[in-house]
Amino acid sequence: MASSKKYWKSVEELNEDSSIVKALKQNEFVEPIPTDEFLGNKENLAASSTSRRDFLKYVGFTTAAATFAACEGPVIKSIPYVIQPDEIVPGIANYYATTLADGFDFASVLVKTREGRPIKIENNTLSGVKGGANARVQASVLSLYDGYRLKTPRANQVDTSWDEFDSQVASKLQQLDASGKEVVLLTQTFASPSTAKLIKEFTSKYTNLRHVIYDTVSSSEALDAFQNKYGMRGLADYDFSKAEIIVSVGADFLGDWQGGGYDAGYAKSRIPKNGKMSLHIQFESNMTLSGANADKRVPLTVTQQKEVLKALAGEGSSNLPENIKEAVANAKSQLQKAGNKAVVVSGLMDVDAQAMVLNINESFGSEIMDTTKPRLIRQGNTAEVLSVMNGVISGSVSGLITVGVDPIYSFPNAQEFAEAYQRLELTVAFSMREDATASVAQFVAATPHYLESWGDTQIKKGSFSLSQPTIRPLFNTRQFQDTLLSWAGSDKNYYDYIKDTWATILNGASWNQALHDGFFDSDVEIEIEGATLSGALESSTSNGAYATNTQNQEGSFELVLYTKTNMGAGQQANNPWLQEMPDPITRISWDNYLTISASDAKQLGLENVHVANGGLNGSYVNILSGDTTLNNVPVVIQPGQARGTVGLALGFGKTHNIQKEMQVGVNAFALYNSFKEVQFVTLEKASGMHEFASVQLHNTMMGRDIIRETTLEIFNTKDKHDWNPVPSVSLNHVETPVTSPDVDLWESFDRTIGHHFNLSIDLNACTGCGACVIACHAENNVPVVGKTEVRRSRDMHWLRIDRYYSSGESLTADETKKDAISGLGQTLSQFGELESPAENPQVAFQPVMCQHCNHAPCETVCPVAATSHSRQGQNHMAYNRCVGTRYCANNCPYKVRRFNWFLYNQNDEFDYHMNNDLGRMVLNPDVTVRSRGVMEKCSLCIQKTQKTILDAKRDGRLVKDGEFQTACSAACDKGAMVFGDINDKEAIIVEKTKDNRMYHLLAEVGTKPNVLYQVKVRNTQDT
Amino acid sequence: MKKVKYPKLLFRIPSFLLLAILLISPSLLIAQEVAVTPPVEVAAPVGGDPVVGKQLFNSNCAACHQLDKKAIGPALRGVTGKYDTEWLHSWIKNSPAMVASGDTRAVAVYELYNKAVMTPFPQLSDADIDNILAYTSQPKAEPVVADTAASPTAGQSVGGISNELILGILALVMLMLAVMLFLVNNVLKRIAEANGVIYAQKESEKRTPIWKVFLQNQFLVLVSVVFLLLASAYFVYGFFMQVGIDQGYMPVQPIHFSHKIHAGDNQIDCNFCHSSARKSKTSGIPSLNVCMNCHVNINEYLGEVDLEKGYTKEFYDAEINKLYDAIGWDPNERVYSGEEKPVKWVRIHNLPDLAYFNHSQHVTVAGVACQTCHGPVQEMEIAYQFAPLTMGWCITCHRQTNVDMQNNAYYEKIHEELSKKYGVQQLTAAEMGGLECGKCHY
Repeated sequence: MASSKKYWKSVEELNEDSSIVKALKQNEFVEPIPTDEFLGNKENLAASSTSRRDFLKYVGFTTAAATFAACEGPVIKSIPYVIQPDEIVPGIANYYATTLADGFDFASVLVKTREGRPIKIENNTLSGVKGGANARVQASVLSLYDGYRLKTPRANQVDTSWDEFDSQVASKLQQLDASGKEVVLLTQTFASPSTAKLIKEFTSKYTNLRHVIYDTVSSSEALDAFQNKYGMRGLADYDFSKAEIIVSVGADFLGDWQGGGYDAGYAKSRIPKNGKMSLHIQFESNMTLSGANADKRVPLTVTQQKEVLKALAGEGSSNLPENIKEAVANAKSQLQKAGNKAVVVSGLMDVDAQAMVLNINESFGSEIMDTTKPRLIRQGNTAEVLSVMNGVISGSVSGLITVGVDPIYSFPNAQEFAEAYQRLELTVAFSMREDATASVAQFVAATPHYLESWGDTQIKKGSFSLSQPTIRPLFNTRQFQDTLLSWAGSDKNYYDYIKDTWATILNGASWNQALHDGFFDSDVEIEIEGATLSGALESSTSNGAYATNTQNQEGSFELVLYTKTNMGAGQQANNPWLQEMPDPITRISWDNYLTISASDAKQLGLENVHVANGGLNGSYVNILSGDTTLNNVPVVIQPGQARGTVGLALGFGKTHNIQKEMQVGVNAFALYNSFKEVQFVTLEKASGMHEFASVQLHNTMMGRDIIRETTLEIFNTKDKHDWNPVPSVSLNHVETPVTSPDVDLWESFDRTIGHHFNLSIDLNACTGCGACVIACHAENNVPVVGKTEVRRSRDMHWLRIDRYYSSGESLTADETKKDAISGLGQTLSQFGELESPAENPQVAFQPVMCQHCNHAPCETVCPVAATSHSRQGQNHMAYNRCVGTRYCANNCPYKVRRFNWFLYNQNDEFDYHMNNDLGRMVLNPDVTVRSRGVMEKCSLCIQKTQKTILDAKRDGRLVKDGEFQTACSAACDKGAMVFGDINDKEAIIVEKTKDNRMYHLLAEVGTKPNVLYQVKVRNTQDT
Repeated sequence: MKKVKYPKLLFRIPSFLLLAILLISPSLLIAQEVAVTPPVEVAAPVGGDPVVGKQLFNSNCAACHQLDKKAIGPALRGVTGKYDTEWLHSWIKNSPAMVASGDTRAVAVYELYNKAVMTPFPQLSDADIDNILAYTSQPKAEPVVADTAASPTAGQSVGGISNELILGILALVMLMLAVMLFLVNNVLKRIAEANGVIYAQKESEKRTPIWKVFLQNQFLVLVSVVFLLLASAYFVYGFFMQVGIDQGYMPVQPIHFSHKIHAGDNQIDCNFCHSSARKSKTSGIPSLNVCMNCHVNINEYLGEVDLEKGYTKEFYDAEINKLYDAIGWDPNERVYSGEEKPVKWVRIHNLPDLAYFNHSQHVTVAGVACQTCHGPVQEMEIAYQFAPLTMGWCITCHRQTNVDMQNNAYYEKIHEELSKKYGVQQLTAAEMGGLECGKCHY
């Protein structure tokens, strides 16, 4: 024994004379096993009719019987429809156009249904559609099959019927109306013409009823500024596809800024065409998606951001440090150069700042900004919401009806509000789940998922879209509008109501066509929710102030609250796909955390360490803001985080009716004072380390050119071989490119006949949004493995988006450094330096899936030939042949193979959607659900390509270009992923293979992949 | 001598019996057939040829009318007794006009049948209508059950088991021959003994038993052990290879649906009911509303019966009633009750989840007949799994079957290139890439 230390489990063990301890030492079982009782009575035993022989006979018989019973195959029942609906053919998918509008995300999408079950969300590719499907929208189909949803209306915590519910609420409402007490209808933004009309009709019936719109994540200041200037409550729309220069001051417009959805247009302007691409300069504090994609990113505090904006507007910029001043001056000159192709956007929560942005853009005559047809997907007004909040607390409001919002979760003073809420005379919550508010409300109206309801949305003025149910309601739910109609005593249902509204909108056009397309553009003026607020605001919500605690104390940090790509405002917190989706920047799943700069972390003694099993651990801090303290928030040291600022994501920390595994993170809404994204906080280190589930530990590329990038200048002026060289090897002392057949070990397969699929990924257009990751999950039945398994690097994502930081302006610095390394000591230290990220690194995203190598290393090592090659270019994986040696994964240079360590379906240890009948309804019936012990990987969506081929064969025609799609390429509305058949000479993919920017991942290995990448070009000129 | 005579007699008795039975049986069969034929037709009260009338009835009227049962329209037997011929003629030629004109009887019929308009038949001549009416005026054929019931057992035993009987008799004859030989041998022996003939008794030498010899020969032991091992390996392999193969699987279904009657006797195309086989990956078990397309009118079985197996008319009628019960159809009132009870069919062809099979690929694109994989379905009274459905079976077919590329624009280019590559005109599915793992496993 190396140590004489005594280990003990219980205090009792410290007492040397303890009889219990002695007894426990000797006896494995504390209670004696009653063998004597059983065997001691010999007479009884002899008299027993069961002899030893009989016993053995029974054992033998039952074993044999069980064995033979097991031989027989199961009897499988097949139950057809009694009366089959005309539109359903078993085995064939139907698509319906509909619109998601959950108050945070607004998107016009296609829903793929099989045998009446929605199984996937796709982009509506008709031109004119507003709002692409981001990761959350892609995942929303799984939220439909959430077993934690409300299944029936409830009154006073007891299930009730709708009739009972209606009569009870109506009598209460009338009672309150008669006594003149105020009732507030607090709703999400619907942006729905019909709902707006309906609410107006309803509120006019009750004199005491007030309608207030509450955006969980507020854009109130931008709305105020727009309203002051243009007399309408909306948000300016931006078409970034035409932009030549984009200057963003704290606006994460590739994320959820002002409703999001700008990334598709942005990506179009980022692909170099005729030597030109847009220039993107980002001033921000947190490292956001926009900052990660920017050509030049300037980290700075929020206070400085306002100065930057002032400087851009032509006012002084005296308080700024020299390097920022320079960047601002440069941005300003660039803006002026670009003229009407320039645009400035800002995320500052300040009416003045927002007004300034509108003015700046107007001064350029910016074509990018559209103020004539503003976006209507945010309508909330902070002043009004605050008045409701205070009204409830002070008791001036007697009734509160909440629709699609959860104030007890998302109000900053939740505790105080919840107590006051429970004292109200009438509380009604319309909700899909029994959330924090619904769990204490007197009446809870179970609302359906958007895939079960009717609806209409005006995403942007003049752009109307329709929602239609794609499945019969799974539970006893009724949508808010139908309930409102029934309270109003109307015998109409909401469907007829929408049709009436749309008679005006359509103005004679076909309703069926509009429903088929999912949207309709019309110039008809229709009343909007915020119509009551049209005209300039009498008094703005807030000016200049960062809410209550404006004073910037010594040692305090600016906390910038943001929404994460996977969780948004937290509407779908119970969605395992989204929980397991890694954050694009930190690559951490199943958590939110405080992001802090390396130097600040060092000062506070906060650290991130990687432990032996590959997991990432981080310190805890307590965040103090005024009276509020948020304890034990894990810390992630974020390269590029501006000093003096910290970031924390909203939407986490939900606990009410959320599966235990998904009750992760901390509720940052507690710090969302006055609905401002920026708060001043102080931090104090707390004890303990948090275990993160991070999927990427490599902070640099260690000098390998996995990702290739260049600058626009080099791209335009130099030869391809300078910035995108084909690797070469020495053949008879002559440098020969690896693409030459002379240096090839393998005999090539003839793939000139039939189809040969290639997938091109443009690193310039990829913003890292992750929609493809979720689309792949949905299409290919990829299992969810949970936080602890992700931490063990056992995530099952077939498609991952790697995030790379680089410290220099280009990679050459890294390269030179690597080449100069000699000796072990130097290797360790110098690579260590490469690992330590710079203050403001450049970021690149790279989606990686199976590269479908023509000369696949995995195939040659499989002992059972489970993975093999096709002439269509796809690398096949026969799961039923795989015996799980994992040789293939070891031999794969791209690390894209995923092993099923466990049975992830129908296994209580992995209690996600595949473990219940409801959740399994989302599975794609065309793709095998893999079992334990087999390897799996991207198949290049062979089920989709085979279907396309079969459709063409059946119709007796050739496949048109664009028909072949993978789940990821179809989900990518940015055009970063292009899939097609390179034997079809007309196809776009053929151009991509010949593009100068084209390169293969690790081409020097000679695997000849069928996935190709386009070199990332950064527009660094003059910045 | 006695003993010699005795077997001869024994031999004669069965052969006589056999002869007698063989002679009687055909006559019994004939008698049965006579009994089955319906009674001779009675002359129709109206002029017209009931034989021609039957044809006309079947082609024009049978969609809505039956002779003895109410269908969409009324039962028509004896309709000439209810209405005069002239009225019937004008009704058949243009019933809506009669209803419109306010003819009381016409309106009454119209009202009685839920105001369903009967299609006018102006194309029928007066003679045609007379023929039809003549057919409807035939008296109902007396049920023949009484006649057959008289001699069912005799008819069955002669007709059905005659082969077995003959075999039995033959076996008996053989046995007798053997006994005779034995007896003759005995008699001869006794005679020989009596005559004092002495046999040369073989000396029973003390030989080593054969198993000992076998054991001493090590080579033989080795060879037989190897043989035994190989043989058992063969059988064990055979046993394991059939695990999970359910060829011949013929489960009892909740409704006795006879493919023989539908696809065989009535020549209904497979795709008529299994319509999704043409466009979907599944052939689709027809929903009950598809059944009702025909069975809304066909509420009884009128085809051949197989009494031996119990497939009587009553049996089939009961099965049709099961369908009505499941979909909630009241055949008397001719209304749907709305009470639906889904039928839980037992799935016969269970391809494992890991294998992807698409019906439309084979049915529509390749033009493979359903029978290639499903066997003689048109002869199956009870459906069963015909093919082994193993991967080897799939692959064999893909190797041997030429792809039908005629008149399909999709194949034009591929065909041209591939036939150049392989130097053949006809390409098999395998040459098209139909053996690649990922084509069926994903």
